[in-house]
Amino acid sequence: MTDAVLKSRLAKRPIQEPTSWERLKVNRNWLGVWFMVPAAAFLILFLAYPLGLGVWLSFTDAKIGRSGEFVGLENYEWLWDDSTFLLSVFNTILYTSVASAIKFAVGLYLALLLNERLPFKAILRAVVLIPFIVPTVLSAIAFWWIFDPQFSIISWSLKKMGIITTNIDFLGDVWNARWSVIFANIWRGVPFVAITLLAGLQTVSPSLYEAATIDGATPWQRFRFITYPLLTPIIAVVMTFSVLFTFTDFQLIWVMTRGGPVNATHLMATLSYQRAIIGGSLGEGAAISTAMIPFLLAAIMVSWFGLQRRKWQQGGEND
Amino acid sequence: MTDFSRRAVVKGATALGAAGALTGPALLDWAKAWAQSAPWKPEKGAKLSMLRWKYFVQAEDDAFVKLIAAFTQATGVAVDISRESYEDVQPKASVAANTGTGPDLFWGLYSLPHLFPQKCLDVTDVADYLGKAHGGWVDSAVKYGKNGNKWIAIPICYSGALINWRVEASKKAGFSAFPTKTDEFLEYAKAMKAQGTPGGMALGHASGDGNTWVHWALWSHGGQTVDKDDKVILNSPETVKALEFAKTLYGHSIPGTASWNDSSNNKAFLAKEIHWTNNGISIYVAAQNSAKDVAEDMNHAYFPIGPVGKTTELHLMYPILAMTYTKYPQACKALIAFMLAADNFNPWIQSAKGYLTHCLNEYDKNPVWTADPKTTPYRDVAKRSLTAGGLGSVGEKAATAIADFVVLDMFANYATGREDAKGAIAIAERQLKRIYR
Repeated sequence: MTDAVLKSRLAKRPIQEPTSWERLKVNRNWLGVWFMVPAAAFLILFLAYPLGLGVWLSFTDAKIGRSGEFVGLENYEWLWDDSTFLLSVFNTILYTSVASAIKFAVGLYLALLLNERLPFKAILRAVVLIPFIVPTVLSAIAFWWIFDPQFSIISWSLKKMGIITTNIDFLGDVWNARWSVIFANIWRGVPFVAITLLAGLQTVSPSLYEAATIDGATPWQRFRFITYPLLTPIIAVVMTFSVLFTFTDFQLIWVMTRGGPVNATHLMATLSYQRAIIGGSLGEGAAISTAMIPFLLAAIMVSWFGLQRRKWQQGGEND
Repeated sequence: MTDFSRRAVVKGATALGAAGALTGPALLDWAKAWAQSAPWKPEKGAKLSMLRWKYFVQAEDDAFVKLIAAFTQATGVAVDISRESYEDVQPKASVAANTGTGPDLFWGLYSLPHLFPQKCLDVTDVADYLGKAHGGWVDSAVKYGKNGNKWIAIPICYSGALINWRVEASKKAGFSAFPTKTDEFLEYAKAMKAQGTPGGMALGHASGDGNTWVHWALWSHGGQTVDKDDKVILNSPETVKALEFAKTLYGHSIPGTASWNDSSNNKAFLAKEIHWTNNGISIYVAAQNSAKDVAEDMNHAYFPIGPVGKTTELHLMYPILAMTYTKYPQACKALIAFMLAADNFNPWIQSAKGYLTHCLNEYDKNPVWTADPKTTPYRDVAKRSLTAGGLGSVGEKAATAIADFVVLDMFANYATGREDAKGAIAIAERQLKRIYR
């Protein structure tokens, strides 16, 4: 009797294999994918799509007002022999490397200085930020006046002091112009570096310095073996950003020189704008912009693998 | 009007009378009558937006706003005006043409409409109507306005780029009038620099002042970027001669012109740093307000004539275009026609004090050109101007070449000694060949 009941029960409820859909429904990873969709859509819409479109445009002969035909690498072949473009690459690299190096040196120095006990520390720190808060266009216009061939305050002062007799041709001479725009960029970029490094410095525990002092470390040794190693993560981040901002700088150049004199200060960004938007050759301008990507990637790679050597920065456990 | 009446320039009472004739209610009555008889009836509920180049002479903009207000009152069409510096109109117009949204009307520089001719509203009827009513269009305006057989824009006015020079200093250097030949011009520049009163013209990326004078220099020596079939013919002995000329002139100029933009020479002239340059009338207008001694001692002259033996000037054209995407094409046409109607255009061009020159022959009669003899040279710039691209077509290729500073860079490259003549021409030729392929 009991046997029969048991049998019938078993017959009534056959073991059901769950369908793959049923399995998927309770799969946590599947759910995870859905949670990621909004973020991914956001990224694709606002980051990947414009980037992809820019790269696509660079393979076409698009002009403003009409879409182009696919021309393969024609734009790049043309640029490869274009002396203005090559000059702009040189200018961009010079501009970025010199300005970034000096910004780092001056920024680090300022950060170390501001980290010391100083009277009016809070005010001083705020003052350092001023160049950074002034809108770029405004400071560019100010520098344009400072470097004006006829009305430069620098030339005027030096003339009044009797040191020079004619105005300095700041923006009309090739190398003068390059140093002038680099100077303006440094002036603008130092606060960012300084304040960020200062934030990094303040995370270094004072007990380390105390211990080192007790061990008889010199100030240089304290900097070299405590401050610098603990600061490298911040340095990596801040210099990556600094290099990226400098490499893609546009406003300063455009307001001060428009790429002149004779294209000596044309950066890739300004040349791209001139060709694509002012000149109407979208495809060619896009190719110039796209040509910036490898340089920017290289800059990121250097900071990623060169400076962020600690494992946690690359997603591993801290050592 | 207050600004106008205290102006010493416009001494003639007749001039003031003409300008003052149509203001307030009279202007409105006239505008209403005009709207009644105009061949274009704005759509119901039409609203227009216009992006125009930013004024250089405030009174011009005031008069323009008044004109637009009268249009709004007469037709009920509200017009929203925004202003950008003339170099920035083009990118905005280009983006609007690309995306199909934005202001209905763009009023920009040179051959702006030819950058996207297929996006411009056909305004042939407006052009024919205006030409018939006001004594016909000057030749260069026809070339700028038409694409094939169709008018794609209405050439509103030119901004003349002529020589501005200081009289006293030139007399001292032995020139009682401004030189009329290019070789005399070199002598003049040399003498002026020698006595410490140099001049100069922009060799930086100055869209207006820079482009106008280098094109004049090229054409006056017989150089051309392209022939009439748009074939690149830049590499020629004439071009080399033009480059030599510019280099010599650059040597006789004040240092620093390689970095000048459009406003540099205005500032330097008003500050008495330079004594000759090329510019619109804006220096003179500004001088009357802020540096009366400069205004009294300066004058204007045509560009000297070069070896080719005829005028080869390039002046800035300001055409207005309506986009095909506009919902109110009739209102656009009515507004354009209204701007150029005599009773509107006369006081307005007068308020610009010579800064703007008409393209319709009838307006030669405007008293602004005779009230002050110093403005008279600017009357003729529309007739004297060649078009962008020289012998070639005025379309987007010419516009691209100018916008990309191909000729300007060639001159700057050679004048500053960065390239030899061959190298400078080769760079420009390569760029031109690509633009004109």
